[in-house]
Order: sequence, then structure tokens, then C-alpha cells
Amino acid sequence: MKLYLKIWRQKDAQSKGKMVDYTLDGVEGDMSFLEMLDILNEELVSKGEEPVEFDHDCREGICGTCSLQINGEPHGPDRLITTCQLHMRKFNDGDTIVIEPFRAKAFPVIKDLIVDRSSFDRIQQAGGFISVNTSGNTIDANAIPISKHAADEAMDAAACIGCGACVAACKNASAMLFTSAKVSQFALLPQGRVEAADRVQNMVRQMDLEGFGNCTNTGACEVECPKGISLTNIARMNREYLSASIKG
Amino acid sequence: MSGLIKSSIARKVVMALSGLFLVIFLVLHVTINLASVFSPDFFNEASHFMGYNPIVQFLMQPILVAGVIVHFVMGFVLEIQNKNARGMAYVKYKGSENASWVSRNMIYSGLVILAFLFLHFYDFWIHEMAYKYVEVKPEDPTRYYAETVEKFEPFWRTILYVIAFVLLSLHLWHGFASSLQSMGVNNKYTEGFKKFAKIFAVVVPLAFVFIAIYHHLNPITH
Repeated sequence: MKLYLKIWRQKDAQSKGKMVDYTLDGVEGDMSFLEMLDILNEELVSKGEEPVEFDHDCREGICGTCSLQINGEPHGPDRLITTCQLHMRKFNDGDTIVIEPFRAKAFPVIKDLIVDRSSFDRIQQAGGFISVNTSGNTIDANAIPISKHAADEAMDAAACIGCGACVAACKNASAMLFTSAKVSQFALLPQGRVEAADRVQNMVRQMDLEGFGNCTNTGACEVECPKGISLTNIARMNREYLSASIKG
Repeated sequence: MSGLIKSSIARKVVMALSGLFLVIFLVLHVTINLASVFSPDFFNEASHFMGYNPIVQFLMQPILVAGVIVHFVMGFVLEIQNKNARGMAYVKYKGSENASWVSRNMIYSGLVILAFLFLHFYDFWIHEMAYKYVEVKPEDPTRYYAETVEKFEPFWRTILYVIAFVLLSLHLWHGFASSLQSMGVNNKYTEGFKKFAKIFAVVVPLAFVFIAIYHHLNPITH
């Protein structure tokens, strides 16, 4: 199929970017979206032009590295998948595809379609961990009884791959779904309760410091999340935060 | 606690609590107003009580005004912060693919309601203040029904009120239903609460629309 691509090109973080039009022929339905971009880049390189820079790593939908706002939606029109798992059969011959970087003040563009998502790392570093004694007498985690329900919910929250689609989709560029998933995966387990109050306060403080927007419960994040992280995590984080703040 | 005041979550809780407070006020308001259709005498009695009871006038009324101000000022603050958080706008953004129009446009439905409040205050509150404190007229517990019905005589005012009530319905549809989520409440009763909130968001504004149109169609003949 023949596609008309409109891609955001930006030389570096300081430069002003713009949309550039490309026409790409010979795209097959079985190609992944990133493979389609690989072919475009091969053409660009053979013509002596700068290839389009984009993030990718595992290409198996599990690492959270790929991003891209495709035709107005993070990771494209499909649900519960990342861009690397999006296949060109979702598009038709002659389609125009608009490809932009994830947009948020807290995700500044580094080059072309690559954004700096280290704000997520800093939120995680602010409290997304548990303190475990690793000096040789570590207790087996399975020695602590955990209900199936709590284990399942914690696992569901831990499925977040930190790709940033929630921020990209949210009209407010809010990072509440990501932060709440990271808070929840620990808050639901006994090992995480020890530092629960500090964790939620520190992570929310860091989230606010990074300049993400406020949640207005539109639910766009949940719809676009490639891992199906639920809004119930946001309610849990709000609850944890209010309880921790009031208790002081 | 100091961190709480500055946090994004606290700002959302303030929006939810002030919104819920205004929902309670709406229940009181619609109940008294419905009386203007079904029992003008009770409407006069209730309006006179609300207009002259010192607890209502000097305690509840200022709290209500404060609630309204907190809700819309915080709404503006959040909207500005949220717009800034995006930075550069998308060339293509398909908001309708993942969120309802109502949830994405609360600021606009809110602005229409705010504009309506100015008209509503001009129509009733300023008139009442002038009656009591400028013209210093004597108490008349029988005047409220006629004054209210008279207001809905002009077609333009009735239409403006109806438009505002439709926008109020849209605002409540998202705001009321998602208020508990903002406050961290999400349990087995949440779905039931959301259904109730959405029924409320339709029924209460519809009752206001009915009252406005009823009085427009049934003017007092002198």
C-alpha cells in the first residue's frame, strides 16, 4: 500500500520543529508500524537524508520504550497494544498518517519523535520501591500470606510499562495513571505497607514538581493504556494520599 | 498537611467537595422551586423563610457564595495548569476516541453556568437586596410567587434559563459522577453511585426547565 506520512521533525531540543510530508510505497499489512518507519528511514538514508529518530527497544510490547502519537492517539488506533505491536493492516492504501511525539511539558522532545521521559524515572525514584534487607537473612516473599485478590490487583498495577501513553492521551497531560499504578502495586501488598505513607506523598510531590497536569477523570488514560491499567488505581492513590496527609 | 494544600490531589478534592456541596444546594433549590408550580402558598412561605431567617441569610448564604467562588476559581486554576502541562499542542488530537465530550469540556459548561449565575443574581438576588436594604420595603410574605412567575414572562429569559439548565445537566453528568473518584472512593457501591449521579444530572435540571417553561406558559393575568 501507499501511505502519506506527516511526521514531526525536530533537529534537537533547542530547535523549532515542523511537520514534514513523506510518501512511502510498498508497505505491507504484516509489517509493524516501526518496521514501516524502518523502511522509510532506509529510503531516507539511501537518499542521503537524516533518518527519522524514534524510540524502540524490545519490539515485543513489554519494555515501554516505543511511543508515538499516531493519528491523534498514543500507540495508534488499536487498543491494549504498544506502537511496536501495531500492524500496518490497520491502515488502508492511500491513508494519511500523522505521527507526532508524545506531547507534555514534562516530556520534552530530544529529537524528532523521541521525548525525554526521565520525569517518570524521578517519580519512581521518589518512592517506587520497598526497603528489603539483602544482607543474607532475607525472608522468602512467599512466607507472607497474601490474598489472591490483593495479589491479582497488585500484579495488574505492576503491568504498567511506564510508556507515557496515559500522559500523551490525557487532555491535561496528567501522570496520575502511571503514578497511581506504581503506588498501588506496593500499597496492595504487606511488604509495601511499611513505607506506604511516605511513598505516596513523595511520589505525588515529585509528579507535581515535574509539571504534569491535574486529573479530571476523563478516563482517556485508561482507554489508551497498552496494559489496561485501571482508573481504580487513581482512586486508590487519592485515598492513600489523603489518608497519609491527614495522619501527618 | 502543608504539602497537602499545594498538591494536585488536594486541589481535585476541593473541586469535588465544593461541587458536592453545590449539588446539595441544588436539591434544596429545586424542591422549593417545584412548590411554585404545585403550591404557590408553600412557595411563598419557604421563600420568605429563606429571605428573612438570619441563619439562612447571614450564615448559609455566605457559605453558599463561598462554595460557588471556590468551585469556579479552582476550576480556572486547574484549567490553566492543565493547559500549560501540555506545552506544545498536537497537530492531530483525537480526544473523542477515548473520552466523552462532556468530560473534556467541563470548563465550557462551567463558564456558561457562571455566566448564567450573573443573570440569575441580577434577576433575583440583587432585586431582593434592593427590596430589603435599599428601598427598605416592609416584609411581605405573599410577594414571591408573583415576582417569580413575572420573571419568566419574557421569552428570551426563559430560553436563556433553559440553555443554562441543559449545560448544568452536562456539567453534573461528569462532575457529580466522578466526584467520589477524586476523593479516593472506589468500591462496590461506586457503579451504583455513578448511575444515581447521572439520573440526578438529568432529573434536577429537567425539573428546573419544567418550572421555567411552566411559568412562561402560565403568566399571572392582572
